[in-house]
Amino acid sequence: MSVEAEYAPVPIGVTVNGAKHEAVVEPRTLLVYFLREHLGLTGTHVGCDTSQCGACTIQLNGRAVKSCTILAVQANGGQITTVEGLARDGVFHPVQEGFREKHGLQCGYCTPGMIMTAVALLETNPRPTEDEIRHALEGNLCRCTGYVNIVESIRWAAEKMGGKNVSG
Amino acid sequence: MFPASFGYVAAHSVEEALQLLAQHGEDAKLLAGGHSLIPAMKLRLASPRTLIDLGTVPDLSGVRVDGDALAIGALTVHSDVAGSDLVRQHLPGLAEAASMIGDVQVRNRGTIGGSVAHADPGADFPVILTALNASFVLQSSSGKRTVAVDDFFVDFFATAMTANEVLTEIRIPLPTAGSGTAYAKLGHPASGYVVVSAGALIQRRQSGSCVSARVAIGGLGSGPVRAVATEMELQGKPLTPQIIAAAAAKAAEETDPDGDTYASAEYKRHVAAVYARQAIAAAVERAVG
Repeated sequence: MSVEAEYAPVPIGVTVNGAKHEAVVEPRTLLVYFLREHLGLTGTHVGCDTSQCGACTIQLNGRAVKSCTILAVQANGGQITTVEGLARDGVFHPVQEGFREKHGLQCGYCTPGMIMTAVALLETNPRPTEDEIRHALEGNLCRCTGYVNIVESIRWAAEKMGGKNVSG
Repeated sequence: MFPASFGYVAAHSVEEALQLLAQHGEDAKLLAGGHSLIPAMKLRLASPRTLIDLGTVPDLSGVRVDGDALAIGALTVHSDVAGSDLVRQHLPGLAEAASMIGDVQVRNRGTIGGSVAHADPGADFPVILTALNASFVLQSSSGKRTVAVDDFFVDFFATAMTANEVLTEIRIPLPTAGSGTAYAKLGHPASGYVVVSAGALIQRRQSGSCVSARVAIGGLGSGPVRAVATEMELQGKPLTPQIIAAAAAKAAEETDPDGDTYASAEYKRHVAAVYARQAIAAAVERAVG
């Protein structure tokens, strides 16, 4: 078998923020690069690139995951939500609004990942305590030391959502 | 960082995965959640020519009671182990260990079978599964065999699995009445990997004395080690705090851990006793009825 045939690109189909996409990808393409470079969705960031920092967090089939540590081919057939998919008809998701209201960001690099993790948290636990919020954010690093306001932003969003799961 | 180029094949059954393994030989690796393998490939510590994806095989994940054991599919993700009602009811120590792995996102993707097959000395599952006397169902083209945990972890990143086998299920005996399980861990503050951890399965009589004890320690060797001296010390004795502490103090006996920049060998031996005591005490607490 030739090298070209052995490492042959693979066809995949994924639904991203409600839109279906078909593509042919090299097997080694990481999901985060597929989203950013093939689909142009640059809201998902590459931070540490070693599954530590969480800047690349997205939802795959309803769960928060780190897209730098998933191959695009593994997402075949999956439902993906990125930060671009949270707003509805020009209205921010309450978590996005909370980050604006409570100044939950400084440089903004970690923000899309923080927001995606927070959205997933509130979907499973609509009334989290501060401890639960902090525990849920263990896989998301902010280097501006902005955790106090990030936690405040998520509390604000939980309150705004009235303990209900209004996203998705 | 990108992995080196490789070929990708999605398997749709265990049989197909076995055929693909036979076809691609030793240059192929099985892919489960990919949370150990993909980082290793990105760092070029691993460069398999072919990945055979088990993520596309149906029925490899989930938790069920099967006879006198809890059977956990190899592709069950950590968050599903931690959140399983069956696991929490019968084996709270296993739920505890699963909930301490990595972070939320990692637990949503990493699998119990992947963790076990990878056999990282800093992993949590090998330690608690040793305490719980788990066994591993390995399927090959010639059939199935079951390997007990005490024979499974053979060295750093090495198990009793052969290159033509697929790990399909982890089986854990349902604890008998009066048993309790627990896991306690000192994790590295940055990576979350085990510095030292302890898992315990304790069965006690209503009178309070110990019927049997299995205690496993992580972080002291190439894989989990049984704290045999601790187990023997507990056997038949009343499970008072003093006796638990005296037994736990022997947790690092006959081990020779390597020190590193974070923890010296002496420190690891010391905290092994501390975490063994915590795990045993918590297991005893749960061993009611």
